Amino acid sequence: MSVVETPKPYSREWLLSDRPASRRQAKLGRAYVVWSRFAENRLALLGLVIILALLVVAALADVLAPHNPVQGDLMNSRLLPPGSAGYLLGTDDQGRDILSRLIHGSRLTLFVVVLVAVIAAPIGLIVGTVSGYAGGWVDAVLMRITDIFLAFPKLVLALALVAALGPGIENAILAIAVTSWPPYARIARAETLTFRHSEFIAAVRLMGASPFRIVLRHIMPLCLSSLIVRVTLDMAGIILTAAGLGFLGLGAQPPLPEWGAMIASGRRFILDQWWVAAMPGFAILIVSLGFNLLGDGLRDALDPKEAGQ
Amino acid sequence: MTLIDTTAATRRRRRRASSSVMAVLRFIVTAATTFLGLLAVTFFIGRVVPIDPALAIVGDRAPAHVVERVREQLGLNLPLYEQFWIYLKQAVTGDFGTSVLTTNPVMADIARVFPATIELATIGTIIGALIGVPLGVLAAVKRGSIADQIVRVIGLIGYSVPIFWLGLLALVLFYARLNWVAYPGRIDIVYEYTFTPITGFYLLDAVWQGQWDVAWDLFRHIILPGALLGYFSLAYISRMTRSFMLNELAQEYVVAARAKGLSETRIIWFHALRNAAVPLVTVIALSYAGLLEGSVLTETIFSWPGLGLYITNSLQNADMNAVLGGTIAIGVVFVSINLFSDLLYRTLDPRTRNR
Repeated sequence: MSVVETPKPYSREWLLSDRPASRRQAKLGRAYVVWSRFAENRLALLGLVIILALLVVAALADVLAPHNPVQGDLMNSRLLPPGSAGYLLGTDDQGRDILSRLIHGSRLTLFVVVLVAVIAAPIGLIVGTVSGYAGGWVDAVLMRITDIFLAFPKLVLALALVAALGPGIENAILAIAVTSWPPYARIARAETLTFRHSEFIAAVRLMGASPFRIVLRHIMPLCLSSLIVRVTLDMAGIILTAAGLGFLGLGAQPPLPEWGAMIASGRRFILDQWWVAAMPGFAILIVSLGFNLLGDGLRDALDPKEAGQ
Repeated sequence: MTLIDTTAATRRRRRRASSSVMAVLRFIVTAATTFLGLLAVTFFIGRVVPIDPALAIVGDRAPAHVVERVREQLGLNLPLYEQFWIYLKQAVTGDFGTSVLTTNPVMADIARVFPATIELATIGTIIGALIGVPLGVLAAVKRGSIADQIVRVIGLIGYSVPIFWLGLLALVLFYARLNWVAYPGRIDIVYEYTFTPITGFYLLDAVWQGQWDVAWDLFRHIILPGALLGYFSLAYISRMTRSFMLNELAQEYVVAARAKGLSETRIIWFHALRNAAVPLVTVIALSYAGLLEGSVLTETIFSWPGLGLYITNSLQNADMNAVLGGTIAIGVVFVSINLFSDLLYRTLDPRTRNR
């Protein structure tokens, strides 16, 4: 929520003014209200911190990682316990530093969630807004398809799809995206229905806007906030599904430091060298917890009606 | 006068009858299209996504005439819609082909392993509901308190933790270190050949036959994966219970009950929870469906011989018939539970009937 420098005083009073003098003041004021509601929630702030930290770690992975994530020292540093000199979280069976692998793995995690969101959210948005705005048989057909996909068990469908496509991180992303767009379509449709008959849409139509333009420029932007909340809440599920696929050997392939695959490779040593499998799991837990907290906080801040539910 | 009255009444009655006929019709259409969609998607995954299913079976080193023969056997030379029609006819009769791995018909394999999954998911749901509902009620009643926060964090962790990882850690702790539970698997090797299950639901069978030592052994095997799945449904059930209860506790009948002087316990457990129970039944049914899916990863960790392990084993061996058959089996049960819970909700809650 960065505040743009303006000549006007942007004090609390100015932000909370009931009669904003400009569009910018109104926008900033609304952002300020949302932010202050969000900031009241300590758990939500914690979630934000976790996700920002994830972004920083992923961006600076090359600088932060103390060792090479792919190549280890088989001679001297095989299966060292956490706290060994130079290896804070220990090493795995190939002598690779687990911390460095986790740091580089954060890139893969981000890659997966961002790509799934970028593929699935627009599909859902388009299907939902078109369905809601067009109504009639278009709506009936699109929503039936959405419901069919919604009724599927997601993980099992993704498993079968990756089995057919062949293992790999791109195919895992595709499979998760195919299974995760339907809720977005439902949300976008519900939002569209609430203002489909409102006067500003009628006004735009009278000005001669095509249905295409109305949906793209006037309806889609209004659906965005609830969609963002839902996508954020889904991020944790996406991470868990991706980790599950990785664990079954269907996601990122070795030697890529994908967290789920790391747990799978540590499974053989779980009884004696528990840290090899335990550490990546903690990373997954923390990051998905971060997304859940952030999503909860965003929902409460953007939609106070739902708060506490 | 009377004539008009009766026609009006008949019309009303007819309209009511037609609306319930419409509801039944709509339900049938929904169910039919959903199952058809399920089959269409699995058909697509099995036949269209792989570049050449025939090559996938015989391997890419096979001579051309063998590939050609397999293509014909699979019907791959037919147009796609005809292939789909044949696929549909086979699926309806329960024919999903033969598993390459076990050489049995896929349907027979599924019938053999499914009871294990159902048993596990049932135990998980029972644990989840028995703990989740009281936790949710507690959180709603003591809203904003420490207890509410703790319940919230328990739920959030349940939503955020990778189930296979938690399973591994639980095995290390409770089996390897503490030796409280039995090793992965469903039944001890000692009993494997002496115990003859009847229904495939081992726990019930053992109790029915009065073999208490077997039942205890089965319990020691199922309790950890069951508790793990239970934790996941608990996270969902407690969250929804809290939300429903908050909704009910804000209603005026609660104020009225308080004004009558009823005890708080009675108001919470008999009045408010009873009204929250209808959506809760749906939530529990949905979480049961979710556990069927969650069992895929859990069964891999605990070597539980159910449908999830069957699917993952088949995956590792590129046995597409078995993977798709298992997917359809889970999908059909999942969809049925969804539809059933929807129906249940409508019959249980009179408020939804006239909508």
